[in-house]
Amino acid sequence: MLPLELDRLSFSVGSTPIIEDISVRIEAGPRTIILGPNGAGKSVLMRLCHGLLQPTAGRIVWHGLRNGDPRRHQAMVFQRPVMLRRSALANVVYGLALAGKSRRASELRAMDVLEVVGLAQHAGRPARVLSGGEQQRLALARAWALGPDVLFLDEPTANLDPASTQDIENIIQAIHASGTKIIMTTHNLGQARRLGDEVLFINKGLLMEQAPIERFFREPASAEAGAFIKGELPWH
Amino acid sequence: MTSLWEAFAAAWALIAGFDATLAQIVGLSLQVSLSAVLIATCFGLPLGAAIAVERFAGRQALIVLLNALMGLPPVVVGLLVYLLLSRAGPLGSLGILFTPTAMVIAQTLLIVPIIAALSRQTLEDAWREYDEQLRSLGARRLNAAMTLIWDTRFSLLTILLAGFGRAAAEVGAVMIVGGNIDGVTRVMTTTIALETSKGDLPLALGLGIVLIGLVLLLNTAAALLRELAQRRYG
Repeated sequence: MLPLELDRLSFSVGSTPIIEDISVRIEAGPRTIILGPNGAGKSVLMRLCHGLLQPTAGRIVWHGLRNGDPRRHQAMVFQRPVMLRRSALANVVYGLALAGKSRRASELRAMDVLEVVGLAQHAGRPARVLSGGEQQRLALARAWALGPDVLFLDEPTANLDPASTQDIENIIQAIHASGTKIIMTTHNLGQARRLGDEVLFINKGLLMEQAPIERFFREPASAEAGAFIKGELPWH
Repeated sequence: MTSLWEAFAAAWALIAGFDATLAQIVGLSLQVSLSAVLIATCFGLPLGAAIAVERFAGRQALIVLLNALMGLPPVVVGLLVYLLLSRAGPLGSLGILFTPTAMVIAQTLLIVPIIAALSRQTLEDAWREYDEQLRSLGARRLNAAMTLIWDTRFSLLTILLAGFGRAAAEVGAVMIVGGNIDGVTRVMTTTIALETSKGDLPLALGLGIVLIGLVLLLNTAAALLRELAQRRYG
């Protein structure tokens, strides 16, 4: 359903602007990383794109959407996954059932994705007793099972140890390889380099630049981006 | 002091001997209060869930009203139901005043606000956690409400018990609409009130012990179940 076009998108809470007048076009293919300091509006921007928040001004246009509800073709993984009080398998089946899949088909599909994320042996365990890393893998499985065209990821490894982070990054790569567009935020610039193809740099609700990842790190267009890269990588 | 001990001993004899009068009274109490909890749940839970996940004008006022109604005096509920069901009242033709049915109606009215208000709070807290995730997965309001009810089922059970405790312990409403008729509408609390005023302390005390024991038993069971669920489901 891509490309995704944001047309003069704004979002404010009361009189406080969070996102200001962002216009950008996000194409199918390259993995898009949204970077910016804390409070820049990264998460809000993703929630607007995903339809969890309604813009106060501007439009979100999915140019390639041929039929129906854009929500049916996208999924999102949150920083802290919310697991339902039921088994790991049932958590994945839940999303598929909401998408209208039959019980049998849902269970087969759910087992497949659990296998891919390495949780098949935990399928019957209650999701909430899994470790943080396992829960995030389960969240990825639940999103991936829906076969989305676009997957939004909001700081998916923020609370995880290095080994779990590695697992999550591998799964994100596999989802990308399967043809799903990846749009994610991260605080970890190493991760941005490993997983990203292009960067959207946001500062104080404004889009400062959209650039290929290599160029962004080599010669950031704005002073803010330069300071951000320096600040996050103080040894440079 | 001696009379207290004598009363205790006599009460214990009644309980241990499965006294028929005692059993009949306890049975009716359970039947009336459990029916009231069941019916009140059918109204209160959906009401609480709807208020938890919907946003509409007057919502805050409704929450305040429900919270206030939790403290409804049983005698006032009894009086209202009495007026509705009495011969001259709008539902007088049903002829159910002074029957267990009238008592169920009164207790149901008494605990619907309790179940609705407390389940609203529980479900809304859960909704805050689940909201974005469920909407992201494409859940509509009704799906979301059902999911929340299922996921908080053990907390909700405690709320139903609170409702049962209130129903089983109140005396004012069942006294007025039931009439405390021997063998027909006499329940534990009304009997305790009556027998105490007559001076038959053993029966009153025996019923008191059973009443407290029942409530304690149910709450222990619920606490254990919750503990178990917490460990099992996280």
